[in-house]
Amino acid sequence: MSKDAPPKTEEQQPPATNGGRRRKDLRKSAYDMTAAGAEHVVERRTLAVLVDNEAGVLARVIGLFSGRGYNIESLTVAETDHIGHISRITIVTSGTPMVLAQIKAQLDRLVPVHQVTDLTVEGPSVERELAMVKVASTGDARVEALRLKDAFRAHVIDATLDSFVFEVTGSPEKIDAFIELMRPLGVTEVTRTGVVAIKRGQEGM
Amino acid sequence: MSDLMTGAEMVVKALKDQGVEVVFGYPGGAVLPIYDEIFKQQGIKHTLVRHEQGAGHAAEGYARATGKPGVVLVTSGPGATNVVTPLQDALMDSIPIVCLSGQVPTFLIGNDAFQEADTVGITRPCTKHNWLVRDVEDLSGTIHEAFHIATSGRPGPVLVDIPKNVQMTTGTYQKPNSAPRKSYAPKVKGDIERVTDAVALLEKAERPIFYTGGGVINSGQKATELLREFVRSTGFPCTSTLMGLGCYPGSDPQFVGMLGMHGTYEANMAMHDCDLMICVGARFDDRITGRIDAFSPGSKKIHIDIDPSSINKNVAVDVPIIGDVAHVLEDMLRLWKSNGSKKKDVSAWWSTIEEWRAVDCLAYKMGGKTIKPQHAIKRLYELTKDHDTYITTEVGQHQMWAAQYIKFEEPNRWMTSGGLGTMGYGCPAAIGVQVAHPDSLVIDVAGEASFLMTMQEMGTAVQYDLPVKIFILNNERLGMVRQWQELLHGERYSHSWSEALPDFVKLAEAMGCIGIRAETTDELDDAINDMISIDRPVIFDCVVEKHENCFPMIPSGKAHNEMLLGEASTEGAIDEKGAALV
Repeated sequence: MSKDAPPKTEEQQPPATNGGRRRKDLRKSAYDMTAAGAEHVVERRTLAVLVDNEAGVLARVIGLFSGRGYNIESLTVAETDHIGHISRITIVTSGTPMVLAQIKAQLDRLVPVHQVTDLTVEGPSVERELAMVKVASTGDARVEALRLKDAFRAHVIDATLDSFVFEVTGSPEKIDAFIELMRPLGVTEVTRTGVVAIKRGQEGM
Repeated sequence: MSDLMTGAEMVVKALKDQGVEVVFGYPGGAVLPIYDEIFKQQGIKHTLVRHEQGAGHAAEGYARATGKPGVVLVTSGPGATNVVTPLQDALMDSIPIVCLSGQVPTFLIGNDAFQEADTVGITRPCTKHNWLVRDVEDLSGTIHEAFHIATSGRPGPVLVDIPKNVQMTTGTYQKPNSAPRKSYAPKVKGDIERVTDAVALLEKAERPIFYTGGGVINSGQKATELLREFVRSTGFPCTSTLMGLGCYPGSDPQFVGMLGMHGTYEANMAMHDCDLMICVGARFDDRITGRIDAFSPGSKKIHIDIDPSSINKNVAVDVPIIGDVAHVLEDMLRLWKSNGSKKKDVSAWWSTIEEWRAVDCLAYKMGGKTIKPQHAIKRLYELTKDHDTYITTEVGQHQMWAAQYIKFEEPNRWMTSGGLGTMGYGCPAAIGVQVAHPDSLVIDVAGEASFLMTMQEMGTAVQYDLPVKIFILNNERLGMVRQWQELLHGERYSHSWSEALPDFVKLAEAMGCIGIRAETTDELDDAINDMISIDRPVIFDCVVEKHENCFPMIPSGKAHNEMLLGEASTEGAIDEKGAALV
């Protein structure tokens, strides 16, 4: 196929005068634009999404994130209005401001989505996560675990002679800290709900 | 007629209540009850395709040529999976399609039953919305909702999956639109403050340009009329995307041609150098912008779009206006006029544009006896422009040449696969257009490789007396792939030519069509005239120069003002970074 290349023709070249010079000049301005640079700061956001609780709705939301390459750091969902069949999905995500705006617009575009609220930017909000942490130990470690749980206002929700299950509620950071603290005392299993969040003050979503 | 009926009866009744006249489909086990009802009635015409992909593209062609939704009926499993390509195609080009698919009975779902597929799972990302109807009481309401969602807001494809037992169960029929759902309410009216801001920018602009897209055509006839009035009364230049061709008349002096990767020099230079860009129903697609950080660096940008997710997706804009094109243009035009139709003198801008135009970027060198593909398209245009013509295309070089050399004076006359770039789109799309406009001249500008992907649909054309014309630019190559290999991959032509092409004239005869071949420049006109005069499906084998490249071209990774205008400018034009892009 080496002879396959077409003959090079001079005729199709543009007159170098006008087009050629202009091209060079303007390329400079394009590089200036790059130097000015768009913001690439990655931010973390908590979104509350109200959806019709119908078959496939969670798959639509998750599929949107995976299909478009967005991050999901945490996702929780449950029906919050049994009469209206409305579920609330809380999503913790991250991205540049442009990507975050896209995520909100893309979510809002899904047919069963009623409302998308960015709890991080729309005024103060509170975030909580619940974890259950199983600690299997005896002797001093067991005593220490029981003592430390009070510092985190955790509760014992199951106990045997050589284990506890603690229930702890708080910010994700607090739960991380609790688990790390308990780890040397014999953590054998952890389960976490993911973040739920709500706006402070009297105003509803 | 009682409101009590079977699911299958409901489907047909709902289609009639939605004003459906034509369905494109293919029967199979899981839709037999619906086909039985189609058999018993007269109002809806069914067109039997040869492959479900053909049904989808035919429906797309029908929808684009009429402004009405295209309806597809397929069976479960392979019937549904075969329609995935047209659904994604319609999603990317915002074409309203309602696809009804059969499904195995509800009690077999999840059992790996014969011809079972998770159709709603497979089609979820390639539809605007989809439904699996498990209860016959929900069926008619769902179909009405499907039509509403497909045709309103930013149009798109939807799919309703109907298990066979639901088709056979009796239930109550609901009339259209008794209760539209609360969570779906596209905004059609633009914010008046934003419209005011836009008009203020318009009044100050010295180097403005209208950048128009398929959204104008989707918005309807009124949007086209308003756009034309607006462009003419401002005196600003206007360019269109591939999808927008026809929204502004192609032969109008204010039209600077298509923009983008294979757009005209003047359109792309004007986009790059403008100080105000008025984007109407277009989406800053990567084929349009080229290198994104060098895209029109010095301009203010107004963006009118009905889909909020199109705003600031690729390019940050200064004045976003979310709303329907017709509604927004009406407000904008009224405000601009009531302000006294103020504008700056744009004559200097026009003289710059005229200099770019004088480059004559679409000039090509005649090939002597050998037909140049550009010349073939130019002659096709000249000889068909006074007819009532509709053009569809496949995907590749021929598509770009058609977009460059054919001037579209009206909307809905040009059907091409823009976003997805689906080879095999044009032949079935032409069939869909011909079903909608039986007496018009419908031509599929094709490449031989694309045509081979869906050519079985010529059987459909013959069966229903649809005199579509397949105009093949036959270079025995995958022309656009070959062009990229030449420019980006060291002229290593890996698998981009066909060694076993059919004789298209004999193929035409075998399928019951008329075959015509043109091999030399001097026989071209007569052959095209023959094709036009034949009132039967024609396969026209136009044998063209094998190694012609499509120019102008913005190479991947380059800016609008770094266009390649011909063979001599291609040396080292694309670097490694560019070669990694699509």
